[in-house]
Amino acid sequence: MESCPSIKNILLLDSEGKRVAVKYYSEEDWPTNTAKESFEKAVFTKTQKTNARTEAEIAMFEGTIVVYKFVQDLHFFVTGGENENELILATVLQGFFDAVGILLRGNVDKKEALENLDLILLCLDEIVDGGIILETDSNVIASKVASHSIDAGAPLSEQTISQALATAREHLARQLLK
Amino acid sequence: MAQPLVKKDDDRDDEEYSPFLGIEKGAVLQEARVFNDPQLDARRCSQVITKLLYLLNQGESFTKVEATEVFFSVTKLFQSRDIGLRRMVYLIIKELSPSADEVIIVTSSLMKDMNSKTDMYRANAIRVLCRITDGTLLTQIERYLKQAIVDKNPVVASAALVSGIHLLQTNPEIVKRWSNEVQDAVQSRAALVQFHAVALLHQIRQNDRLAVSKLVTSLTRGTVRSPLAQCLLIRYTSQVIRESGNVQTGDRPFYDYLEGCLRHKSEMVIFEAARAITELHGVTPRELTPAITVLQLFLSSSKPVLRFAAVRTLNKVAMTHPVPVTNCNIDMESLISDQNRSIATLAITTLLKTGNESSVDRLMKQITNFMSDIADEFKIVVVEAIRSLCLKFPLKFRALMNFLSNILREEGGFEYKKAIVDSIVILIRDIPDAKESGLLHLCEFIEDCEFTYLSTQILHFLGIEGPKTSDPSKYIRYIYNRVHLENATVRASAVSTLAKFGALVDSLKPRVFILLRRCLFDSDDEVRDRATLYLNTLGGDGSVVETDNDVKDFLFGSLDVPLVNLEASLKNYEASEEPFDIKSVPKEVKSQPLAEKKAQSKKPTGLGAPPTGPASTVDAYETLLSSIPEFSNFGKLFKSSAPVELTEPETEYAVNVVKHIFDSHVVFQYNCTNTIPEQLLEDVIVVVDASEAEEFSEVASRSLRSLPYDTPGQTFLAFEKPEGVPAVGKFTNLLRFIVKEVDPTTGEAEEDGVEDEYQLEDLEVVAADYILKVPVFNFKNAWESMGADFERVDEYGLGPRENLTEAVNAVISLLGMQPCEGTEVVASNSRSHTCVLSGVYIGNVKVLVRLLFGIDSSSKEVAMKLAVRSEDGAVSDAIHEIVASG
Repeated sequence: MESCPSIKNILLLDSEGKRVAVKYYSEEDWPTNTAKESFEKAVFTKTQKTNARTEAEIAMFEGTIVVYKFVQDLHFFVTGGENENELILATVLQGFFDAVGILLRGNVDKKEALENLDLILLCLDEIVDGGIILETDSNVIASKVASHSIDAGAPLSEQTISQALATAREHLARQLLK
Repeated sequence: MAQPLVKKDDDRDDEEYSPFLGIEKGAVLQEARVFNDPQLDARRCSQVITKLLYLLNQGESFTKVEATEVFFSVTKLFQSRDIGLRRMVYLIIKELSPSADEVIIVTSSLMKDMNSKTDMYRANAIRVLCRITDGTLLTQIERYLKQAIVDKNPVVASAALVSGIHLLQTNPEIVKRWSNEVQDAVQSRAALVQFHAVALLHQIRQNDRLAVSKLVTSLTRGTVRSPLAQCLLIRYTSQVIRESGNVQTGDRPFYDYLEGCLRHKSEMVIFEAARAITELHGVTPRELTPAITVLQLFLSSSKPVLRFAAVRTLNKVAMTHPVPVTNCNIDMESLISDQNRSIATLAITTLLKTGNESSVDRLMKQITNFMSDIADEFKIVVVEAIRSLCLKFPLKFRALMNFLSNILREEGGFEYKKAIVDSIVILIRDIPDAKESGLLHLCEFIEDCEFTYLSTQILHFLGIEGPKTSDPSKYIRYIYNRVHLENATVRASAVSTLAKFGALVDSLKPRVFILLRRCLFDSDDEVRDRATLYLNTLGGDGSVVETDNDVKDFLFGSLDVPLVNLEASLKNYEASEEPFDIKSVPKEVKSQPLAEKKAQSKKPTGLGAPPTGPASTVDAYETLLSSIPEFSNFGKLFKSSAPVELTEPETEYAVNVVKHIFDSHVVFQYNCTNTIPEQLLEDVIVVVDASEAEEFSEVASRSLRSLPYDTPGQTFLAFEKPEGVPAVGKFTNLLRFIVKEVDPTTGEAEEDGVEDEYQLEDLEVVAADYILKVPVFNFKNAWESMGADFERVDEYGLGPRENLTEAVNAVISLLGMQPCEGTEVVASNSRSHTCVLSGVYIGNVKVLVRLLFGIDSSSKEVAMKLAVRSEDGAVSDAIHEIVASG
């Protein structure tokens, strides 16, 4: 109890329970990939019928507490130990959920998430480090992830023509896709 | 109807657009060669890294060679100055978790980043480096980390602090040197930096109670900005409260702080504080009230998480303090229909704990509707709650038993059905009035039971309880039906049950014999064998005669050897001319699992292990003691105490003692464990100085021949005392033994040993050791039927007390008797209280006690009126003496 609040895992699954992105912080609870997958399967089956679209829901499960929230075909889960303060877990979930919303510019579904998997993975990396909560404010998380630009310290001349072209093309493509 | 069509389209879309469709490890590893291009394409490199991370995330594993190859080419990407790519590089390095000789390659790049002007580089480089580094490298970068802790960018500071928390596990001595910087960070204006700093500072100091206490004192006075940090502080505060331990004197330190947190603006903090208050050791109703009030507000929140958190906490509180929780009953009842079934189940079980006798019926009605739409695992929880409710209000057994039998008839899995059957069995055993109806419910259940295990267990139980009922014949039909309709296992067990009826109820014998004869033609040989055995041994050719006691013993008595030992002996037995002799089975229980096992499984066990809780421990002890010849003539074991620790935890030798009370003897059973792998102890005995226990004289002892590492063993000491007298006294204990060194590699002990001694703590035999906790179910009836012949009444002043609860608990533990009808719970702020206790005094004398407490509101002086009724005037006096001298 004296210990720091800790997160056991964060899961982002699709509407069939398949992984989009997952991050485990407690190897002792799920030492193998099989153990992880069976946990995901069990959590998914147990929660899929519930309505967690407006408010985050919660369930006790195999000695853990899972808070979760769904949007479109994405299922967000945050797991903590059974003595963890439920509201702390919910705050982490909300931070993750909202940050993903900001990063995907409101188009939160599986397709968009997979196309921007790099952002999702960085997002996970900015929320929790080795089980310890790093940040819960979704705006801060998103801004830490989205600072995608050329290092300010790099002189322009170091960018090659092809790099510049690539950047321009990418900007254009993103614009068109919008 | 359009739904499925649309869904199909969606699926196809997904497949078409998934950027990872058809991804293959080999191909991606090929692609990773772009990392080696002289002209780096940052975007393309990022994509490849994302693919690699995707594979790892999906559970794909890289071979050592593959991982090394990827790692080496990734290190080349440090040339690029693209921030996005660099972030991905950091990520993949962490995921690949390189080995020590690989880490060296990136160290300089990461160290450069740690000193970069870009905050994002500094923060991430610190996290990566600390994740993959080992101790040797840490000293090189320590200077930078200390700087980073006080960095003005909060992200950098947090990164360093969190890394510190991780590193403290592996390199505590280095991290502890950062105290000053961490202390500075605690004052940071950035919310999360403060949170991380507080966490690290506490972990650095966690073994220093004084320092933790100081930390808490200063923080509770200062400003804590982040709710997370506030939660931490609440946890540390409860730790300090717990360790200060002293509850009796006046106000609890820091309670005001916790209570203040209940008015914090963040729900997270409010809840943490409320939970901390409910978990305070020996919390008083007055302290509880504000916490329960905020939890009650949470119950009607629109957020499921909040409702869940609140009801779960209240559920825990209700186990120990049901009265204060009753205020929430109305809110709780509306939660029964909560969408979230976990919340509904917790609400139900809480209500079952807080409900009073009059609300039981209404509650059961609500639960009946609720049961049909929850999963088995929740149903089991409800069944267990109903069982304890029934034991609390035995008069309500009809409603509750009906409920159990109704749900027994409905669909359900094995675990659920087993929970119900176990509950019925326990009710039958503990509530005599419930026996007949309970047995009939079980009979009906086995008429249509798909679980062989449950059928056989119920049949066995019927064989024990059925013959003792007023009309045993009505069960015969149910049992004999099994012989027709079931599989061989159930048939065999039905035959045994029939035979038991025949043996125990003489009037039924002729009819049972007819039935048993029919079983001789069964298709299964076990069934036939059993029938033949019973027909031949019960004797009397089926006429109404009394069955020989020897035969009963032989057929149905206990084996009086531990089953484990019997099994082992049978396995060793080789078929030969010589028949197996049960006397060759050792009677001694090998390890000493009794006390420990009981502690782990507090739940009353049902069919599996017959009698409940303490009774079975006593049985086990009795078997153990009677197997020792020196103690075999002491008569019947009256009571065995719970184990009393005689050593501090984590000392070289762990010893606890169980006090066994006989009529005119007391046996101390010392359970010893040797926790030193390099030692073998021999001839272990406890030497006792009983000079402060005048009425006791040592009569026998039994030493422990050998006590190897980590295998518990027992040594015994017996004292004689005046018969039937509750003699008390204090004993000083000294553990004496011979130590032999053990070679850890071979595990062999040396020839010669050295004699040594080890001082243990003192042991006391107190009056409560002579009283058994035996509940009565209707105290009023019991009290009246006992009569006033040997009633003794007197009044006592108990001096100033914090509150009535404390006084009540003190008297209960002094007498060691069983509180009845929930009267041990004192309503909050009440000024008077009645508590009734029951027990059995040594010599098997029933004792009932009625206690009337009153507290003076200003002086806190507690007065008590003690009325004792028993079957023996001397015993009534003895109870008064215990109170008077306590």
